[in-house]
Amino acid sequence: MNRVVITGAGTINALGASVPETLQAMREGQLGIGPLQMRDLDRLSVKIGAQIKNFDPEAQFDRQKLALYDRVTQLTLLASREAMAQSGLEITEELSEATGVVLGTAAGGMNTWDDNFRSVYEEGKNRVHPFVVPKLMTNAAASHVSMAHNIKGPSLTVSTACASSNHAIGLAFQMVRGGMARAMLAGGADAMLTFGGIKAWEGLRVMSKTACRPFSANRSGMVQGEGAGVFVLETYEGAKARGAEILAELIGFAMTSDAGDIVMPNQQGAVRAIRGALRDARLDPQDIGYINAHGTGTAANDKTECAAVTEVFGTHAQALMMSSTKSMHGHLIGGTGAVELLACLMALRDGVIAPTIGYELPDPECALDVVPNIARHAKVTATLSNAFAFGGMNAVLALKAI
Amino acid sequence: MSVKDKVIQIIAEQALLDVADVRLSATLEDLGIDSLGVVESIFAIEEEFDIEVPFNANAPQDSDFDISSVATIISAVETLVAEQS
Repeated sequence: MNRVVITGAGTINALGASVPETLQAMREGQLGIGPLQMRDLDRLSVKIGAQIKNFDPEAQFDRQKLALYDRVTQLTLLASREAMAQSGLEITEELSEATGVVLGTAAGGMNTWDDNFRSVYEEGKNRVHPFVVPKLMTNAAASHVSMAHNIKGPSLTVSTACASSNHAIGLAFQMVRGGMARAMLAGGADAMLTFGGIKAWEGLRVMSKTACRPFSANRSGMVQGEGAGVFVLETYEGAKARGAEILAELIGFAMTSDAGDIVMPNQQGAVRAIRGALRDARLDPQDIGYINAHGTGTAANDKTECAAVTEVFGTHAQALMMSSTKSMHGHLIGGTGAVELLACLMALRDGVIAPTIGYELPDPECALDVVPNIARHAKVTATLSNAFAFGGMNAVLALKAI
Repeated sequence: MSVKDKVIQIIAEQALLDVADVRLSATLEDLGIDSLGVVESIFAIEEEFDIEVPFNANAPQDSDFDISSVATIISAVETLVAEQS
């Protein structure tokens, strides 16, 4: 069994176009959520989101490439580029076959679906661009990452709604730990802030029209974001041998299925995932100093998650810190776990705990230290990152400082 | 058909009950309608009457639309129909 470490991280999301920008924003408790800019906004009842602004794809990719890149692929490629540059990992021909890419996404090329449905249904066109299928397919981003970095080993996309990134990172972790690969790129992305994407979420009536306030008694629902997060995972020995800077060690992963409701979370499913990750990491509950919560800002999630954490950690639940950074970068759906893992890296490396912003009123059913509104300095040696998806599929990662 | 009869029909269909078994005093829970069922019923009401129902599933009790019983739903729909027609 190999030890698995993270040697590179990359992101683009509403808080920033890089990891340093994003961590700076988390430290300052910045709000990435604002008025949406998109066509037909007047026909939406939800008009806020955590959109990436000032992003010019043409400044990043040439025109021929863009014909093949949905927005979700563009964002993923930028995050991968940053992660690879930081890790300094050189993909030689020999390493290429021992390196893979596992990414999570819930919707894949949603913008491509949306644009082309409009063109054939609304505008009545009978012809679409020849690349619609390769552009929208759910594995397109993972494929383009493999091509951009010459990665020829085990590669795939996983799709488990809001837990997609955690599942992707967890699987990549297991592949490196078990010896199937020496290095992996892992993470996820979603870009669902399209007219059709928001309309679909509106239908469920769990979206807030005002703000994302996780764990706050006056919460009013979730707010959707967009973006990507990608990490370079490799063996501890490999990273040491090439003198790479190690950001953190991945030490545990567990996934469970509620086998219950298609949308309502389940306390026992969450409890089993958290306990499973602790067991896999060989950690005791009191070792955990910080949890990056799933914390969607819906009543159903927040109450269930707090109850699950209280059940697993007992009296230690009152000592540990748990924040939801979705209050700042919104809910990136399939990409959310990847961006949220950055908050765990910041806690472990910099001793800074990202806050839950927008917190106004205590909720007796969420009576934990949710690091309200202001980031905090604290020494933390082990963290968890929770993801509890629609469909009852849960994935929890455990990390430790190195 | 009156607003009342149409609402009862929508709720009965959601609860898989006969219209006659939907009592005005019943709560949606009494009728076996869960949170997804509530959201689906409200969608059906909006489509039937061409109205917008102010309802947030995160905090049903704080919504302007009172879903505490079949009778309150009928009365809320009647008000919305009057306001929005």
